[in-house]
Amino acid sequence: MTEFNRRTLIGGAAATAAFGALPLSRARAQAANTIRIGVLNDQSGPYRDISGPYGVQCAMQAVAEFGNRGFNVEVINADHQNRPDVGINIARQWYDQGVDVIVDVPTSSVGLAVANVAREKNKAYLNTGSATSDLTGAQCSPNTIHWMYDTYMLAKSTGAAMVRAGGDSWYFITADYAFGHALERDTGNFVRSAGGRVLGSVRYPFPATTDFSSFLVQAQASRAKVIGFANAGADTINSIKQAAEFGVTRRGTKLAALLMFLPDVHSIGLDTAQGLVLTESFYWDLNDRTRAFTERMRPRLRDVVPNMASAANYSCTLHYLKAIADMGVPAAKASGVEVINRMKAMPCDDDAFGPGVIRADGRKLCPSYLFEVKSPRESRGRWDYYKLLQTTPAEEAFRPLAEGNCAFLRT
Amino acid sequence: MDEIFGIPAPLLFGQLLLGLINGAFYALLSLGLAVIFGMLNVINFTHGAQFMMGAFVAWMLLNYLGIGYWGALLIAPLIVGLTGVILERTMIARLYKLDHLYGLLLTFGVGLIIEGLFRNEFGSSGMPYRIPAELTGAWDLGFMFMPIYRGWVVVVALVMCLATWLVIEKTKIGSYLRAATENPALVQAFGINVPRMMTLTYGAGVALAAFAGVLAAPIYSVNPQMGANLIIIVFAVVVIGGMGSILGSVITGFSLGVIEGLTKVFYPEASSTVIFVVMAIVLLARPAGLFGRS
Repeated sequence: MTEFNRRTLIGGAAATAAFGALPLSRARAQAANTIRIGVLNDQSGPYRDISGPYGVQCAMQAVAEFGNRGFNVEVINADHQNRPDVGINIARQWYDQGVDVIVDVPTSSVGLAVANVAREKNKAYLNTGSATSDLTGAQCSPNTIHWMYDTYMLAKSTGAAMVRAGGDSWYFITADYAFGHALERDTGNFVRSAGGRVLGSVRYPFPATTDFSSFLVQAQASRAKVIGFANAGADTINSIKQAAEFGVTRRGTKLAALLMFLPDVHSIGLDTAQGLVLTESFYWDLNDRTRAFTERMRPRLRDVVPNMASAANYSCTLHYLKAIADMGVPAAKASGVEVINRMKAMPCDDDAFGPGVIRADGRKLCPSYLFEVKSPRESRGRWDYYKLLQTTPAEEAFRPLAEGNCAFLRT
Repeated sequence: MDEIFGIPAPLLFGQLLLGLINGAFYALLSLGLAVIFGMLNVINFTHGAQFMMGAFVAWMLLNYLGIGYWGALLIAPLIVGLTGVILERTMIARLYKLDHLYGLLLTFGVGLIIEGLFRNEFGSSGMPYRIPAELTGAWDLGFMFMPIYRGWVVVVALVMCLATWLVIEKTKIGSYLRAATENPALVQAFGINVPRMMTLTYGAGVALAAFAGVLAAPIYSVNPQMGANLIIIVFAVVVIGGMGSILGSVITGFSLGVIEGLTKVFYPEASSTVIFVVMAIVLLARPAGLFGRS
C-alpha cells in the first residue's frame, strides 16, 4: 500500500505550480542550486513536544542565521507518526524528489529504517532524535551522523551515577521496540560492570500502554533498589506519575528515568519530578552561549524553550550548511557520503552545543550533563528545572570507537 | 500456597486488583458507547476525544477558574455533555437514516479534529493534575500498596454503572428509551418527543465519557492522545459484550481489565493484543457478542 503524506502532496503541488510559472531552464538551474532539507519527525504523537514543530523551527533558525552564501536553502517537514513504514515511504519520496538531507527522525525503529534508505540512495542523513547506539554501532552507515545523544551515553551517565550512589540492583521497565531494548542493554552493561546486578525486566507494548501500575508492582516485588525506565516521552511521564502514586519511592526504591527531556519534566510537574536524576547534552540555562541561543529562538518558539532534541536540529543543520558552502552545491548533490565525510573533517562549533568533532563512525561527540530536577522551592520560574550535578567530557561520554564494531570502518 | 503458575500469590492478587481498576475505566467508557449505540445506532468514535476533553476541562477549571477536582467532577461532564448535544443536533442527527458506517466516519473524523485542536493548543506531553488532597496516600494491603485514589475510582465507576443501569431498566424515562430503541415510530405516535430523547441520550453518553476523563486526569498524563489509546480497546469491549448491551459492556469491561492485568504478568508483550484475541474468539463463537441479541 502506498502512503501519501498530506504535506508532501501539498509540497509537491506547490513545487509543480512554482516550476510551471518559470521558464524550464531557469527552473532547472534554480533547483540545481537549491539545497533541500527535510525535517522528518513526530508531529502528532507522544514525541511531538520533544521536537516536532519546534525541531522544524530550530532547523529554520539555522538556515536564517547561515544566510545566503551563493545557494538557496529550503526546509520542508513531515510527520512519520512513529511508524517505520510511513517513515520509509516519506524518506524515499523525498530523496527521489531532490531532498538532499533528512534531519531529526526520532523513534529508533524509524531512525534505523531511514538510515537504510539514505545509504541506498547515497544521500546525507543527520539523525538527532533516535536514541539507539546501533546507529553508530551494529547498523552504522557512511551516510549517517548521529548528533546529540545515544543510549550508551545516557546509560553511562545516569546508570553509573545511580550505581555509585548505592543503587546496585536494578529492574527495568522497557518499551518493547529497538530503542527500549538498546537502552536496557546499554544500561544493564554499565550496572553489571560497576558490580551491580540486574534482577529482571518487563517489556510492555509500545505505543499502546498508558497504565504502568502493573509493571511497577512487578518491579517492586523484585526488591530491586533501582527501577530503570527504558522508555521516553508520554510513557516516562505516566511511569513516574504512577510510581509516585503507588508510593514506590517511599520504600526507598530509586527511580532512574534513563531518557527524559525538559518538556517531560514540565509535564510531570516539579512536585512529582523533583529529585529525579537525568542526562542531557543541552540545557537552555547552561551557559552564556546557550542562553543567547535560547533568546534568539524566542520569536519562533514563543513561550517554549529549546531542549536537547530541537537544539540538535539547529546545530546539525548549521554544520551541514557550512560543509555545503565549503564543498559547493554540485559536489554535495553528487554524493551523500562525500557531504558526511566533509562534515566529519570540519570541526563543529555553535551556541547550543559548543565546539565538537564528528568521529569516523558518524558519532558527534559532545559533553553529557547529569542534572537533578529542582524542587518547586528552588525553581525561579517557568522552565527553570535543572541543576547541574556532573559533566562528562565529550571524549569520555560516548562508546569508544573500537567497541562499536562499525562494519564500514573495517572495509 | 505461595505460588500460582510460578508467580508469587501476593503479586497475582495485586495484579487482579489493578486489572479491576483498569476495568473500571473500560466499563465506564464502554457504558457510554453502549448507551449511545443502543439508542442512536451510531458507533460514537468521538468518545475517546470526549474522554480527553473531560480531563482537559478539569485542568482548565483548575488553572483558569480555580475550581478543584470535586467541582470538576460535576461541571466538566456537564460542559462536555453540552458540546455533545450541539454535535448531535448539528451533525449526527442528519445521519440516522443512513448506514452505521456514516455515523462511524463522521464521529471518527470529529474525534481526530478535536484531538488535533487540543494538540495545537496544549502540545502532546500533557499537563500535570494533582490527586485531590482528600484522596492522596495509600493503604498497605500487605501484598501491595494500594493508592486510595484508585480505590475511589473503582467505587465511583461501580456506582455510576449501577445508576445508569437502574435509570434505563427501572425508570419510566428508561422504559421510553428502551421502547424507542425497538420502534421509534410507534413511540413517537404516543406523543413522546423521540428526537429530543436521542439528543439527551447522546449528551448523557458523552457526559459519562467526560466523567471518566476527570477520574483519569490525576492518574494519567492529561494529554490529547489519552483517549485515542483507549477508544480502540473500549470499542472491542463493547463488541465483546454485545453492541448496545448495558450490562454486557459493564461486565465485559471489568473482566477484560482483569484478563489484561493477568497478561501483564504472564506475557507482558501481548498485553495490548490480548483483548483483540478475545474479541476474535468471541465473535467466532457468538457473532452478537456475549450479551447481545442477534
